[in-house]
Formats: sequence, C-alpha cells, structure tokens
Amino acid sequence: MSGEHGEPRLRRRRLDVAGGRVDMSHGAGGRASAQLIDEIFRDAFSNEWLAQGNDQAAFRVDLPPGARMVMATDAHVITPLFFPGGDIGALSVHGTINDVAVGGAVPLHLAATFVIEEGFPLADLKRIAESMGRAAREAGVAIVTGDTKVVERGKADGVFITTTGIGIVPPGIELGGDRAKPGDVVLLSGSIGDHGVAIMASRENLGFETAVVSDSAALHRLTAAMVAAGGTGLRLMRDPTRGGLAATLNEIAHQSKVGIRIREDDVPVAPQVAAACELLGLDPLNVANEGKLVAVVAAERAEAVLAAMRADPNGIRAVAIGEVIEDDRFFVQMTTAFGGGRIVDWLAGEQLPRIC
Amino acid sequence: MCLAIPALVHELLPDGMAKVGLDGVLKEISTALVPNVAVGDYVVVHVGYALTRIDAAEAERTLALLAEAGAHA
Amino acid sequence: MKHVDEYRNGALARSIAATIAREADPARLYRFMEFCGGHTHAISRYGLEDLLPENVRLIHGPGCPVCVLPVGRIDEAIGLARHPKVTLCTYADLMRVPASGGSSLIRAKAEGCDVRMVYSTLDALRIAEAEPDREVVFLAIGFETTTPPTALAIRAAEARGLANFSVFSNHVLTPSAIRAILEAPKTGRLPPVALEGFIGPAHVSVVIGWKPYEVFATEFGQRIVVSGFEPLDVMQSVLMLVRQVNEGRTEVENQYVRAVVPEGNRAAIELVDEIFELRDAFEWRGLGSIPHSALKLREKYARFDAERRFTIPPSAAKDNPACECGLILTGAKLPADCRLFGTVCSPETPMGSCMVSSEGACAAHWTYGRFRDRARRAATTRGGAA
Ligand code: SF4
Repeated sequence: MSGEHGEPRLRRRRLDVAGGRVDMSHGAGGRASAQLIDEIFRDAFSNEWLAQGNDQAAFRVDLPPGARMVMATDAHVITPLFFPGGDIGALSVHGTINDVAVGGAVPLHLAATFVIEEGFPLADLKRIAESMGRAAREAGVAIVTGDTKVVERGKADGVFITTTGIGIVPPGIELGGDRAKPGDVVLLSGSIGDHGVAIMASRENLGFETAVVSDSAALHRLTAAMVAAGGTGLRLMRDPTRGGLAATLNEIAHQSKVGIRIREDDVPVAPQVAAACELLGLDPLNVANEGKLVAVVAAERAEAVLAAMRADPNGIRAVAIGEVIEDDRFFVQMTTAFGGGRIVDWLAGEQLPRIC
Repeated sequence: MCLAIPALVHELLPDGMAKVGLDGVLKEISTALVPNVAVGDYVVVHVGYALTRIDAAEAERTLALLAEAGAHA
Repeated sequence: MKHVDEYRNGALARSIAATIAREADPARLYRFMEFCGGHTHAISRYGLEDLLPENVRLIHGPGCPVCVLPVGRIDEAIGLARHPKVTLCTYADLMRVPASGGSSLIRAKAEGCDVRMVYSTLDALRIAEAEPDREVVFLAIGFETTTPPTALAIRAAEARGLANFSVFSNHVLTPSAIRAILEAPKTGRLPPVALEGFIGPAHVSVVIGWKPYEVFATEFGQRIVVSGFEPLDVMQSVLMLVRQVNEGRTEVENQYVRAVVPEGNRAAIELVDEIFELRDAFEWRGLGSIPHSALKLREKYARFDAERRFTIPPSAAKDNPACECGLILTGAKLPADCRLFGTVCSPETPMGSCMVSSEGACAAHWTYGRFRDRARRAATTRGGAA
C-alpha cells in the first residue's frame, strides 16, 4: 500500500510473539513502541476509544442528578505472574473494579499502565493482555487508555501493572468506612484465604501443592445487588485483600470508632486453605483475598442484603459473621470455636511462614 | 516454638524423602529422623522433617480419656 | 485434619473446663507455666483463659526461641550477612526481630545483603548446591525440636562434599531454661517463681522424651505434664496438673502419649550428639546467661561452623533496662504490668524479647488477649478497695 503523496508504507514484519522478547526499543516511543501497543494491547482490549489512538480517551458521562463519580487506582505486583485461578492481568482488572464497586459505584472505564522488564517474553505479555481484555469484557468495562514503559533488566520483576478505574455512584447511596454503628451486622461474601494460599502454593520455595485456586473475581454485580437490597441501610463495603479479613475489620473499627465482634464458627475457611495455613503457621484471617467483600449493614436490612448476596454467583456462600459493638478501644474481637475470646489484630509487618 | 503438624504419608520417595498430605495439601518432607516410615502412617512434620510417628492406639486412648474428663459435666 | 480436629472440639473443651472448675479448690491458687510458645499460641488463639476458673492461671514461659535470642546474636547474624560472599538463610520467624540500632535482617536485606528465607534446612542445602560461588550460612535457631534438622543438614553437606555450607548455631536447651527458672530463688538472678506446675513441651519432648524432666520433680518438687499443642491437649493437661496439686503429688506425667515416649527419638538424639556439644554458657534474652544451655558444633565439624569460618564482629548490645521480661517469664508479673506495654512496646516496635514473636508472652497478650485488661484492672481495684 502506498499513499498518493506520502512515501510507500514499509511492510513491517509482525511481532514475533512466540519467541520474541520485549527490548528497550519497545518503550522508546518509536515504531517498535507503536507496534507493541498495536499488536498486543489494542487487539486484546479492542474498544472504540483505544482504537482512536489518542493520548487520552474522551467520552460522555450521563450523570443523573445527585449521582457522584468515584475513582480508584491500584498497582499490581505479584510473584508468580500466572497462578492457579488467575494471572496478574485479570487480577489488575478485578482489583480496580472491586475498589470502585465497593464504593457503591457502577464501574465505567479503566486505564492501564505497564512497566515491563527488558527481556520479558512477548508471549507472556500477550497472554496477560488477553486475560485483561477478557476480564474487562466479562465485567462490561473497557480499558480505554494506557501507557507502556520498558525498564532495563533487573529494574523490575517481569511486569508491573497499574490500573485506574472510574465509576458512578447512584443518587442517594453514600457508603464509607466511618459509617458503621453499634448494632449493625457484619456480612462476608464467602470463604477466606483462597487467593493467598493459591499464590503461596505456586511459589516453588515453599514446596507444597494444593488444588486451591485464587478467588480473583469482579464483584460489581454483587455490589450492585447489595446496594439495591440494602438502600440506605447499607453502611459500607470493603474488599479484604492484603492483610486479609483481619486488616479490613480493624480499618472499619478505627474509621467508625466502634468495636466489632465476630464468631469464629461463622467465618468460612475451605479445608485445604485451613490445612495449608496449619502447615505454614499462618492465620487465615490474615491471608489475602481477591474476590471477597465485607459489608456492614443496619440490622433490619441484613436479611435482605444477605439474600441478595446469595443470589449472585460471587456471594453464594455469604454469611453474617458478627456485629458492630460499642468499644472506645476499637477492638475487633472474636468468640472462638471454644467459646473463649480473643483479639483479631492487624498483622505486624509482612506475613511470613512460621516455624515457631 | 516448634510448629509441627501430623500428616499422612502418601508415598515414599528416594533418598529418605516422602510425600505427605494434610487434607489435600501435599508436601515433600524428609523421613531421615524416623526409621521405617510406611505409607499410611501419620508423622509429625516440623520444618520439612518427620519427627515421629503418631501412635494410633495411644491417640484412641487419649480421646477416650478426654471424653471421660468431659463427662458428668 | 486427622489427629488435629479431634483435639479442637469446643463443646468437649467446655465440659472439661466444667470438670476443672468442679475439681479446683476455690481456696487454692493454681499457677501453671506453659513453657512453650506453642502452648501460649494455642491458649491465646482459642481463648482458653476464658474457660478456666479465676484461680487457675496460666503463665506464659520463655519457650520461644526467637524471643530468647539476645539482640547481640542478631547483630552478629547481620554482621555475617554483610560479608559480600555470604548468603544468609534463615527461618522467616527471625526476619523482623529487632537488632541494635533499629536494624533487623529484613532491613539488612533491603540494604543489599543476601538474606533469604527458607522453610527448611533442605532449602538451604539446595541453595548451597545451586550456587557454589556463594558462602551459604544457615542461621539456626530453635530448641531440641529444630536441632535434628540442622544436624541432618550438616551431615548431608558432609556427605555431598559441600564446601560452601555452614551453620551459625543458636540452638538452645529446654531443661536448662526450666532449671534456671526453678533455681532463680537460689541464684538471685531471677525473682523467685510462684508456680504450682509446668505444662511441659510437646515437640521438644517428642525428640528428648520426658525422662529429662524427672529431676525437676525429684530435686525441686515440681509438677510437669508433657502436653500436646492442641487446645484439648492443653485443657486435659491443666486438669492433670490440678489433680496432682489436689492429691499432693509432684510428678512428671505425659499427656501427649500419641507422640512422646519416655526416651524420645533415639536416632535424633544420637545424631545431635554426634555433631553438637554443649556451650559453657549462653545468653538468653530476658533470662540472662545460663550455663550449659546451648549447643555449638563439635571440633570435628568445625568446617561447617560459621563462628569458626568467619570473623564475626562481637556485639555489645544490651536489653532495654525498662523491659520486665525477666519478671514476666518467671511468672512474677503480667505483661500489662510493664510500663512499656502497648505504649512504646508493641509487635511493630518491640522493646523486649517477649514482644518479638507472636508466641512471646507480651506479644501473645497484645495480639490476642489485651481486651481483658480493663476488666482485670477493674477487678483488682474493686478487690483492693474491699
Ligand atoms: S511489654 Fe515490652 S518492654 Fe514490657 S516486658 Fe513486655 S517485651 Fe518487655
């Protein structure tokens, strides 16, 4: 093909996705960059805004009166990049959708930034991009803009992905971590610890095998159903990712200046997750999740919200795990399976396997 | 100290190693400290090593004693 | 989980608690020290204190090897990790333990030292084999339970001719620490203990058996019940101790019969004895220097001994003088009695040994039990006024 006035367009060879690797030229802003974006990302994410090839995505938002917009961003770094039940691509889409959704919002669009280490296999990059595209399409959102940088070998670990999302909160819905009140009920959408255990099991150095898969999932349909069922009785939602359920409950207690009491018997933990935690000396309450949420609901709306949760595929095993109580020390306490009491604390530092 | 957990021996491997399982979680451990480990034994696992075999008959007796200690309450 | 779940039955625990309440004499005080961090963990994790009558008290002992490791040893380990050729391998439990000057292994790693977490000595051996140009040093800690795996690694390194593997031994001995606590009144180094008995180690006893504790019954008139780490094991052991007190017996009894035999694991004991020998004395954080309480490698295995292979700059670091761990570890005080507890001292910023690992007395109380403090204070004030 040649333009009438321009030079004949060079027939470029397509990227060698099967055997090729990312090199510094792919981040230099020249032809190679353009080709990488074209052949890897634009294909995988395919949507009208990206197709325009602009530095920004322009779109119209029909905001009903009283509605608000939310925005959330999340950086994703994970080892390994591919794990049972997901990969960094799907995770980076689900994670940001969930951050938007637990604000009570309907997610609209995503932006994605990639920091890629020189030498990263193009095949892996393509696999990640396709997984992102699939996750976004399933969720009904589009990745409308993005950026790619390449750093020298050793200056990153494979690939880092940052995603930013926007969404719309319907009028009349106001959720916040400071809204829990004594007497409210604490709901949990399913079993805890699956993601963290799946990741640890796929790290070679811990040397154990399980069939546990990550629970990585987009929760915006679940949250929409909860918003509809809970109305103003829905006080807040949170997704307990790093730090696990324990961290999330402590954040809520501190933000709302209340105590929380949960019942150990009611917190679901899959047998394999429990077993892996025993082996590694971890507490499932501190282990990460990627497809679960916690909600605090006024007691009179709790049944309705719980029913709505159970009607969604991501909330089939939803349960009430405890109540908000008055406590000027903001403790999260748990009635153990033994009928004794204990504190559920934030984890001090990073979660590491114990031998002691 | 001394986090250790009983696991079932699934398979004996070369070099004094074995594959043990705990509710579907599998792990390779060394059995060098416990002579004559057999498939079907429960061993107490600590930092990747079996420390001893669980004595099933004694375990039964302990459970009976526990039941007794909790009786007539 | 077979051989686990049976011992976590809450209903049965409550009925055993009822039996304990019925049999415990209200006119008596029953103070039992659980030596091991494993018991401390089970007690805190399941809230067992709430099930026991007020006059049956559990006192957290020094049985957490991370907690009793003095600051100086961590400083020395960091010193080792600073050798450019050294890869320091360690159990994750040690990574966050504070060294002097605000340092720790995790910080040393951030500064560029090659510090790696391993789950087993087998992993350290694998690293030594895969990276022959590195000097792989295994930072060994632990009681008798964890020593045989270290010994096996040394044996394997010898068999495979691994010239780049060595061990920085901090293995310590349980009976020596129990003796130090019991001898406290005699030596005046520690405050006298007020204890009616010990809940004896579970997995330490799997290795050494229960015979080594007999001397504490005969010489010191103490009661010891070797106990499993599951919550029902602990409840049963408490009941056995209550009965010993009521019947005026002072004996060593074994509750953990499914895993502990009187002589322990012969193969493991012989292996350890072949490779290790007693140190004249070793510093325990919170307890001070205790004679014959730790192990070092025998001369024959000197080439696997990091202390002989490397010059390690000695550290003069001292414990914080305001820390009351010594009093807490001997049962004389409770964690909440320490002025620093929860103010400047917490698991994020531990000032003393008992706050270091989740099994330490102060850390366990902070992490799981501190909600009880207000009620307890109220009760003592009321008691004092009456
Ligand atoms: S609270 Fe901290 S300073 Fe006080 S005794 Fe415990 S560890 Fe030592």
